[in-house]
Amino acid sequence: MSALPRAHELGLIGCHVCGQVCRDNQLLDPACPRCGSSLHRRKPYSCARTWALLIAAFIFYIPANVLPIMRTVSLGDVDDNTILSGVVELWVKGSPDLAVIVFTASIVVPMLKFLVLATLLLSAQRGTPWARRQRSMLYRLVEFIGYWSMLDVFVVSLLTALVQFGFFSEVAPLPGVVYFGLTVVLTMLASQSFDPRLIWDCKDEDD
Amino acid sequence: MTDQNTPNVSGPNLPEPVVKRRRVNASWIWLVPAVAALIGLSLVINAWRQQGPAITISFQTAQGLESGKTVVKYKDVVIGKVTSIRLSQDHGKVVVKVDLDKSASDIAVSDSRFWVVRPRIGLGGVSGIDTLLSGSFIGVDVGKSSQPQTDFVGLEAPPSVLHDSRGKSFTLQSGDLGSLDIGSPVYYRRIQVGRVASYKLDDNGKGVTLQIFVDSPYDKFVTTESRFWNASGVDVSLSADGLKLNTQSLATVLAGGVAFNDAPGPHPDEKPAAENTTYTLFDTEANAMAPPDGEPRYIVMRFDQPLRGLAVDAPVEFRGINFGRVVSIRMDYDEKTNQFPIYVGALIYPDRLGRVHTKLEAIAKSRGDSDESQIVTTMVAQGLRAQAKVGNLLTGQLFISLDIVPHALKATDYNPNARPLQIPTIPGSFDKLQEQMAQIVDKISKIPFDAIGNNLNHTLADLDSTLKQVNGDLLPAFHETLKGANKTLSAANQTLGTANSALSADSPLQQNLAGTLQELQRMARSLRALTDYLNTQPSSLIRGRGKDAPLPDTGTPAAQPQQGSKP
Repeated sequence: MSALPRAHELGLIGCHVCGQVCRDNQLLDPACPRCGSSLHRRKPYSCARTWALLIAAFIFYIPANVLPIMRTVSLGDVDDNTILSGVVELWVKGSPDLAVIVFTASIVVPMLKFLVLATLLLSAQRGTPWARRQRSMLYRLVEFIGYWSMLDVFVVSLLTALVQFGFFSEVAPLPGVVYFGLTVVLTMLASQSFDPRLIWDCKDEDD
Repeated sequence: MTDQNTPNVSGPNLPEPVVKRRRVNASWIWLVPAVAALIGLSLVINAWRQQGPAITISFQTAQGLESGKTVVKYKDVVIGKVTSIRLSQDHGKVVVKVDLDKSASDIAVSDSRFWVVRPRIGLGGVSGIDTLLSGSFIGVDVGKSSQPQTDFVGLEAPPSVLHDSRGKSFTLQSGDLGSLDIGSPVYYRRIQVGRVASYKLDDNGKGVTLQIFVDSPYDKFVTTESRFWNASGVDVSLSADGLKLNTQSLATVLAGGVAFNDAPGPHPDEKPAAENTTYTLFDTEANAMAPPDGEPRYIVMRFDQPLRGLAVDAPVEFRGINFGRVVSIRMDYDEKTNQFPIYVGALIYPDRLGRVHTKLEAIAKSRGDSDESQIVTTMVAQGLRAQAKVGNLLTGQLFISLDIVPHALKATDYNPNARPLQIPTIPGSFDKLQEQMAQIVDKISKIPFDAIGNNLNHTLADLDSTLKQVNGDLLPAFHETLKGANKTLSAANQTLGTANSALSADSPLQQNLAGTLQELQRMARSLRALTDYLNTQPSSLIRGRGKDAPLPDTGTPAAQPQQGSKP
C-alpha cells in the first residue's frame, strides 16, 4: 500500500502528555514510563463517552428551551422569557441583529453540535471512509464554537448582576438557564471526549 | 511497507509501557445521561403534577390580555396563566385558554366567574390602579358549586358581589333604573351598607328588576317593614318650612344610589327579611314612607269649565288627603249641548285613606256588593263631588278635590253601573269665587248712588241753616253770660286780696295774736312755779306760805340758797 504507516501498524504507542514513544506491548493498562500518564492508542471508550454526554446534553437541552431562562421586571411588568421567546421579542422590538446573534448562539450552535457530533460518532463507528477531511473540519469547528455557546448564560448572569433597580427594573435568572448551561458544558465535554482519530481509523480505500 | 519503516521507529532503545492500575470503567459514563434523564423526568413529572385543568373563558375583547403573560389571580395569588388567545368561530368573541395550577383545580366549577381586571375610573371610584403598570390580569370569583366546568363566559365588569362576601341579596322592583348602575351604593342611615349587584329589564319590558347585596352585619337591618327608595340626585323641596335640599352623599348625586329604612311607626312584628325578598323601589323617600298604595282604581270626571292649570300627575285629594293622581285629560264634544267638556281620568288609591277604606270595604262585603261602587253611589247621593281647585295661587295650578258638598245639586249624569265610575263635578272654588265676585259687583252696581247723593245734599242744606240760627241767637246771649261771670270772678278776687292782707306778718291782727300768746306763756310759767311749790310744800295749801319761802313769782326757792352758799 502506498499509504503512510500508522502507529499501531508499527507497534508503537505515543504518550499524549510528554510525547514519549513506547513500544506497544499489548498490555492491559499501559502507562508512560517517563511521565506516568496512561497510554492509549485512541481515547478509551471515546464513542461511548461521547454518546453518553451527548445524550445527557440533549436531555438537558429540552428543559433549557421549554423553561424560561430570564425574568425581566420593568415598572411592575413581569416578563418571563424562554430562549426562543426572547429571540422573538428582540426581533419584534426592532433589534433583528441581536436576535440573530442570540438565535445563533443559543439555538443554532447547540443544535449544530448535536448534529455534528452525532454524525461524527455514527460515521466513526461505521468506519466509513466518506468525507474524512470534511468530518475533521467539522470536528474542529465544533471544538472552536464550543467556547461561544455560553453566550446566553453570560448575558443572564451579567444582567442579573447589573440590573437590580427594585421596582423599576430587575432581572432574575430562572431554572432554564441552568439547564442551558448544563447542555453547553456537556456538549463541550462530549466534543472533548471524541477522538477525531477515529475518523481516520478505517480501511483506506481512497489512498 | 511496514518492514521498511520498522527499523526506523522501533529502535532498541524504545521503552516499554509500565502497567498502571485500571482507570474508571467507561460504562460509568452512562450515569451522566441517566442522571440527565432522571432530572428531565422529574421535571416532566413535576410539571404534570402542577398541571391543573385547562379552561377556556370567552370575553368580548382581549384588551390587556397577553398569552403566556397574563395571569389569573384569586385574592392576589397567581393561580393560572393565559396560554393562548384566539377568536371564536364566528369572530364575535375572544376565547382565552387558561392553564390553572393544580392547587386551583377546584376553581373550575360551574358558578365561578372570571373577569379582566383593568384600571377603571367611574363615578363611584377608581379601581385596578395597580394594573396600570403591571398589566391586566384575570380575576376570579370562586363558586361554591361542585360541578366541574371548563368553558366559561367572562364578565365584562367585575362582579359587585363575590361568592365569599357575607350578607344577603334582595330584589327590588322599579319602574325604571334611574341613574343606578351595577355597583351603585346602598345606604342605610347614610352609611353605605351594600351595592347594586345587577339589574335587568323585566321580560314584559314593563319594569326593571334590581338585585342588591347588603353586607353583613347590616343585612339584619333589612326587615319585613323596610322601604327602599332611589336616593339619586338632589331632592329640592319648597315647603312652608322653607327650601330644603336633601341628598345622600356627593357620590350619590353623581352616580346614584339606593337607600332604605323602616317605614315610620312602630313595628312590633318586624323581623329581618329573608334572602331574596322582593321590595318595591320608590322614587323618593316621601313616596317610600307613605302608606302602601294598594290597588289603584280608575275614575273619570267630566268638567264643563276650562281646566287651565290642570296637568297629568296633579294630585287627587279627598278632604285634603292626597289619594290619587290625574292620569289623563281629554277633551270631548257634546253634540246635544254644543259644549266642549273635559274628561279627566284619575287613578285613586283607596288604601291611602287608611281606615276609611277598610271600613267601607267591610260594609260593602257585609252588604254583598262585588265592589265599593254602591258605597260611592250612596256618597254621590249624599253630595260627593269633584272639584278642580287652585292649589297654587301664583302658578294657578289645579288639583282635583273630592269632597262631600252639602246642598249640592242632584247629580243628573251619574250612572252607578258605568265602568269606570264617573264622579259628578261642581265648578271649582275659583270659578265659584269669580261668580260670587260678579254677583257682588252686580249688587254694588244696583245701589242708587244718585238718590243717596241728592238726599245727602238736602240734609247738608238743613244743617247749614241750623248752624246759622245758632250763630245769630245763641252766641250773643252766651257772650253776656260770660261777662257776668267775669264780674263775679273779679269780686271774688278782691275778697281774697283782703283776706290775704289780714293774714300778712305785719298786720295788727298778727301783732295782737303774738302779744296774747306771750301773755299766755307767762301765765303758764307762774302756774308751773305754783305747782312746783305745791309739790314740795303741799302743806302750804292749808298752812300758808312759810316765812323764808322765796317769792313765788320768779326763780325757784332752791336756787337762792345755793347762790347764797357759794360765797
